[in-house]
Amino acid sequence: MIIGIDVGGTHTDAVLLSSNGIEKKIKVSTDSADLFHTILSSFTQLLDNIDPKKIQRVVISTTLTTNAIVQKNMDPVGMIVSAGPGIDPKEFRTGKHYYCVSGSINHRGIEKASVNKMEIEDIAKELKQAGIEYVGVVSKFCVRNPNHEILIKRILNKYVKKVFMGHHVSGNLNFPRRIVTTHLNAAVFSLHKSFFEAVQQSLSEMGLTIPIQILKADGGTMSLASSMVFPGQTVLSGPAASIMGAIPYAPKKKDAIVLDIGGTTTDISFLVDKTPLLEPMGIQRGRYKSLIRSLRTDSKGIGGDSTVRVKDKELMIGPDRQGPAMAFGGPEPTPTDALVVLGLMPEGHQENARKGIHRIALELGLTDLEAADQIFKKCCTVILKKTFEMIDKLNSQPVYTVHEFLEGYKISPRIILLLGGPAPYFAKKIEALYQIKAVAVPEYSVANAIGAALARTTCEVSVNADTEQGIVTAHEENFAEPISKTYSDDDLIETAYTLLKEKAVNSGADPDNLDEVEVVEFQKFNIVRNFSPRGKILRTKMQLKPGLIKGFEKVLH
Amino acid sequence: MLKAHQKTGLVFFPAFDWAIDPTHPEREERLLYTQDQVTEEGIFDIDGIIEYKPDIVTHHDIRRVHFCVPDEQTITTQSHLISAGGAKAIADAVLNKQVKNGFALVRPPGHHSMRVSHGGRGFCHINIEAIMVEYIRSQFGIKRIAIVDTDCHHGDGTNDIFWHDPDVLFISLHQDGRTMYPGTGFPGELGGPNAKGSNLNIPLPPGTSTEGYLYVIRNCVLPVLEEFKPDLIVNSAGQDNHYTDPLTNMNFSAQGYAELTTLLKPDIAVLEGGYSIEGALPYVNLGIILALAGLDYSGVVEPDFNAEQLKQSVSTTDKIKKTTDLVNSYWLQKDELRQKAGTPGDLQVRHREIFYDTDNIFERQKEKVRVCRDCGGCIEIDSNATPGCHMLAVHIPINACKDCIEAGYKFFDQADKTKFDRVFLQDRPNDSYTIK
Repeated sequence: MIIGIDVGGTHTDAVLLSSNGIEKKIKVSTDSADLFHTILSSFTQLLDNIDPKKIQRVVISTTLTTNAIVQKNMDPVGMIVSAGPGIDPKEFRTGKHYYCVSGSINHRGIEKASVNKMEIEDIAKELKQAGIEYVGVVSKFCVRNPNHEILIKRILNKYVKKVFMGHHVSGNLNFPRRIVTTHLNAAVFSLHKSFFEAVQQSLSEMGLTIPIQILKADGGTMSLASSMVFPGQTVLSGPAASIMGAIPYAPKKKDAIVLDIGGTTTDISFLVDKTPLLEPMGIQRGRYKSLIRSLRTDSKGIGGDSTVRVKDKELMIGPDRQGPAMAFGGPEPTPTDALVVLGLMPEGHQENARKGIHRIALELGLTDLEAADQIFKKCCTVILKKTFEMIDKLNSQPVYTVHEFLEGYKISPRIILLLGGPAPYFAKKIEALYQIKAVAVPEYSVANAIGAALARTTCEVSVNADTEQGIVTAHEENFAEPISKTYSDDDLIETAYTLLKEKAVNSGADPDNLDEVEVVEFQKFNIVRNFSPRGKILRTKMQLKPGLIKGFEKVLH
Repeated sequence: MLKAHQKTGLVFFPAFDWAIDPTHPEREERLLYTQDQVTEEGIFDIDGIIEYKPDIVTHHDIRRVHFCVPDEQTITTQSHLISAGGAKAIADAVLNKQVKNGFALVRPPGHHSMRVSHGGRGFCHINIEAIMVEYIRSQFGIKRIAIVDTDCHHGDGTNDIFWHDPDVLFISLHQDGRTMYPGTGFPGELGGPNAKGSNLNIPLPPGTSTEGYLYVIRNCVLPVLEEFKPDLIVNSAGQDNHYTDPLTNMNFSAQGYAELTTLLKPDIAVLEGGYSIEGALPYVNLGIILALAGLDYSGVVEPDFNAEQLKQSVSTTDKIKKTTDLVNSYWLQKDELRQKAGTPGDLQVRHREIFYDTDNIFERQKEKVRVCRDCGGCIEIDSNATPGCHMLAVHIPINACKDCIEAGYKFFDQADKTKFDRVFLQDRPNDSYTIK
């Protein structure tokens, strides 16, 4: 049997699955001040009367790191960056202990200016004095040549507890994002570590000793051990859980929209032929831009418990949540109260809901029913408007080759899959308003936990070969090997596959379940000097696609 | 968090799957290192820098500018259409006021393509700026446009296309034609009888450095622009004046390019040549983008930059000053020169021989232009190419007067179809193109 737990901002959903289907499902309120307690009580409920020995897999998705970022509750860490020519690295300052140092590497990975060891030594002493334990080190173009980062780390090792290096974060270029991501890993490391060590400890006391898997933002899982190296990857795993939970119900060879209507927000994402779309660079939310591999999701501040108010005769919904709906004892009217008033939702306290909606109706000069209907309609239109904007943006993404330009795939979804408590009501309304097929997935209220439970391990490798310099590298994996002039496309693919497999197994993948490999990118260029070819640059990115583990198909239908 | 001081649009289309041939300077990897640098700098994440997808130009777009012989299909590839479409996408973004200015980083380039195009010359098949400019004039009704070509080679194609057009000011700064392809672009080349002085050619001696370059911008280009008062400034931003370029002999730098951009304030910049793909392009392009966005570019310095080594000699400085004075004097006399150029209503004839180095074509042209004080004058071109076709083309300019429109139709109607493989009419006021 397997367990999936998705700790969301408002609710925590948990399921216990066997190959026969759902054995148990629970939904509790999240205590954001004590996530540890929320997780433990979910486990206690799920394992009640169950032999822990029967559990083969546990996957957890939490808002731990997301909360730490939002609440600016991260450890102060040191950052050392070396940039070389280009934009002033001071623009990317992460905090107080931020140092721009000498040293420069160019776009080919060739050293142009060396590291000044004395300078680093001095900074290291300063950091130690300031009581800084964790430090991030990022150099520009380190994914082409990580030597400067490694050299700086060696010096720092004597002075601090742990050093995080930029080239381990991602194989993608983007210096400012690499700084943000490395900083994040360093800043949430101790929080993540102590939290999950405590969870592991408590679970083993319950007799649950199998390794825990953690859900990542890209909809895949990683082992607890790998999560210690990249704790930042757990950011925004919640929306990923929902998308994974919708996959089984998406049409084959077609596009689908996934909407997860939560308490405070609605997460919006897309599936193309049952596969989620990935962010090309990494997670970005507003001004926060990282290299964390992530599913393409966005959210709108409208959920079942969003506060409804009237401002200048205009109906406003969200983005804040003051508590549950009035129908469930909350202080302010919400879309959920509108559903109750409209008679769509049988649960909740009718009279309280009506009280709240009546207030809105008075301000708008409408009847209670009209006001409730308007609230409901507005929720749907705002969410759908955002969704259509996202589709337009997806379809106008730049392309870099003639081939891509001519092949340009445009997504045009014909179905909306809905998850979350009020999913069935929204499905009906959206279908009526937009004439687009909208369905609530079976088990819509815990589908996200099912998604987490069944998500398989994912990972990506980026490999570069330069036959002029005679080397193939995947610095993210600490891999570099000499190659001959005749190193071919096939050789590169083989190298990438070997590295990917190794990485997957180390992150907890089932070695017999590695068939969903995909070449995401392949580029080949001649290096020419003085009009004669000197070698080739070959680049590839290969990934283990996000998807669901096998053997639990019955759970889903 | 970086925020652009002015919104800047970028089209980045490196055409990673297109080359003239594998070791040709105009090949797949040309913008690879630029892409690496720009991506690593996080340019597309800067608030106020917006990346646009390139458009693709249609044959109709090309036909506002060129007479493609035998036709558009034969002499272009998809890559040319997308490259020109990149410039068009930026034009849309700028003129629809989504951005303040924009830069099309596209390839292949276009500024050696003339009005008649039988194929490739100087790595160019169709003129991407000219197609953009004519699109802007048709679509947005903008009249006065200035094109400043800062590629190291004379922008002879663009010069040819706007040779007779008094509403388009074309200024080209380039390495002296006696030392560099295509061998033209001397100060005396001032445009046709109806547009004398609206073409300015400023040849610079080999070894010109940032100092000399910016001298010309400050002392000639900017004052001329000030007086011409264009509605739109386009920069053909070639990057082969760089001190590391393998095809040229100049000493310009990334800092210089960024400063030039800051001074010139182009509404639209379009990438042209530049073949030092590792040592120059990544830094020059970064410098131009930051300058357009109004961001600090002082850190964009080539790793091997040495100001002392790149200093220009005193004699070079002298030559540049002399050329600048000469060009300025031509500009002052432009009205007089036009008066003297001919009697309105007369036809002036020009014979030319054009070699297409990229496709090995030799073309002979006989061009007739109607002298006119009210518009650019209609043009008839008799062009014979070996190998290739013999054709006759008639161009009626966009702001043509009634008489020139009539004269143009007369050229076309009188053309003897049996003598030519093709007869074309480009009627810009009607935005139409006829083949007989």
